[in-house]
Amino acid sequence: MSAVTVQTNVLRVLRVVVIVGLVVATVVPFVYMLSLSFVRIDDLLRDPLRVLPALDRITTETYREVLASEEDGGYGFARFMRNSAIVAVGASALTVVLVVPASYALTRLRFAGRSQVSWLFLAVYLFPTIIIAVPVFVGFQVLGLGSSLVGLVIAYVALTVPVSVHMLRNYLSGIPESIDEAAVIDGASRLQILTRITVPLAMPTIMSTALYSFMIAWNEFLFALLFLSAKQDLWTVSLGLTRLADGQEVSKTVLMAGSVLLTVPIVLLYGVAERALTEGLTAGADKG
Amino acid sequence: MASKLRGSENRDGIALVVPVVLVVAAIIVVPIVWTVVLSFQDARYVDVARNGLFNELTLDNYVDVLTAPAFWQALLTTVEYSVATTAGSITVGLVAALAFRDRFRFRAPLRAVMLLPYVAPVVATTFVWQVALNPQYGVVNAFGTQVLGWEHPVNFLSSAPTALLTVIVYDIWRYFPFAFMFLGAALTGLSREIEEAAVVDGATPLQKFWFVVLPQLLPTVALLVLFRMVMAFNEFDDVYLLTGGAAGTQVASVRVFEQLTGSSDIGGASATAAVMAVFLGVALAIYLRLTARQREAR
Repeated sequence: MSAVTVQTNVLRVLRVVVIVGLVVATVVPFVYMLSLSFVRIDDLLRDPLRVLPALDRITTETYREVLASEEDGGYGFARFMRNSAIVAVGASALTVVLVVPASYALTRLRFAGRSQVSWLFLAVYLFPTIIIAVPVFVGFQVLGLGSSLVGLVIAYVALTVPVSVHMLRNYLSGIPESIDEAAVIDGASRLQILTRITVPLAMPTIMSTALYSFMIAWNEFLFALLFLSAKQDLWTVSLGLTRLADGQEVSKTVLMAGSVLLTVPIVLLYGVAERALTEGLTAGADKG
Repeated sequence: MASKLRGSENRDGIALVVPVVLVVAAIIVVPIVWTVVLSFQDARYVDVARNGLFNELTLDNYVDVLTAPAFWQALLTTVEYSVATTAGSITVGLVAALAFRDRFRFRAPLRAVMLLPYVAPVVATTFVWQVALNPQYGVVNAFGTQVLGWEHPVNFLSSAPTALLTVIVYDIWRYFPFAFMFLGAALTGLSREIEEAAVVDGATPLQKFWFVVLPQLLPTVALLVLFRMVMAFNEFDDVYLLTGGAAGTQVASVRVFEQLTGSSDIGGASATAAVMAVFLGVALAIYLRLTARQREAR
């Protein structure tokens, strides 16, 4: 056999092995999460190897316990989820409102300081978030925003703006400028061009930008830890899960139900908009 | 009319960008500058609360940082961790992208599934890993002791060499989808004609990969290395959530966090962060210089 056929055959087998291996490696932790969330804690302690519970031992008590408020003997995840939803929706709405005009200006208008703005956004990534978080926290305390969801929303907007601008700019620069010019000849003002032409044309990318910042805000942990640790009624799901997991008193399978509740909204949103999101993020990657 | 719009271009452009710039400046630039100032002050929380930025200036923090063996240990850990996760996640991502290059049944849904570790909340996935690796009730140790015949359960996250390795494996798992996503996009952009020509000339599949495909992917790989190194160098969540910085996993940002919350040493924490940022900046400059030379050579 020639080298070509040997390699082709070996690679054909290897490819299947790689695909199966990687899919299993990515999926198994999520299956483990989902399945343990229906297990009673004494069953887990008795037989940790039994990942899928026997049908008659399946319980949904874990979910009831984790969702119920403290007064009802639960851990208040329903409230944490409401807090996370408020923060994530607020952050993504505000991000879109700020980023759309800015990206339009950065692609269409020549103005003083245009290139400096782009560099400013890159500088964000050079420093660890922890070092940004502490002065922001101290400053927000002075302004009375320290332990509030509003403060958290503002912080998250700043974290998501750079990537959002990048995504939208890539898309807008692909829309021919002649459309704008035609509108100008018809007597449209700048604001009319932005609201009547650019926004409708860029709607898919605007949605994926909104989705991206929703996900970042929903998943974020460090700012929430610094801002809200002392205020349990304002905890987000991420923070609540970490705080409760730190102690020994909450059973692990109940927290597993909490993890599922934390993960499901993100997976659902991602399932709806997977293509738009990955295309938005990788735009420009094929140009090298 | 058109000229009227042209004339207002500068003013409009600035007006549209200013809100975003203000938010980014207030939340990111000001804190960074503040950190640099604080790193030259011997400040605790009370001093900052009372005097704001105006404390006595000193170099003590930098002396303390640079003479503390724990700092150099944290730096070494950070470098090991960053290099290993960057190399690992990009290699796995590249293998995945190549395996997914040609069409097969269920390719699109499987590709979407492969991105889950990257999009799922880090708090949830680290928690699942912690439970799975737990010596008492984790499935991995149960499998190891009952099926593979390990003598003892392994303390994956709380004993010295395995903890860092486990964190690295977790991060390769979490971030390979990121590389997979970008390299996949780059692969679809490649023209197949050169490869077909190579095949006609008798190139084996490996030669085709090594001499034709890989060189065309290098710009994307170089960009990914840059992204991942910077992100990994500043990584906090993953390490903190998995091990809390124990058992030889104290990377720089976890150390900064401990200086802040444990000993409330703001000045020391700021100096540590500033020194790390300088190291990162120098490394970036060298990297960009080297890759620029490569680009010219080609």
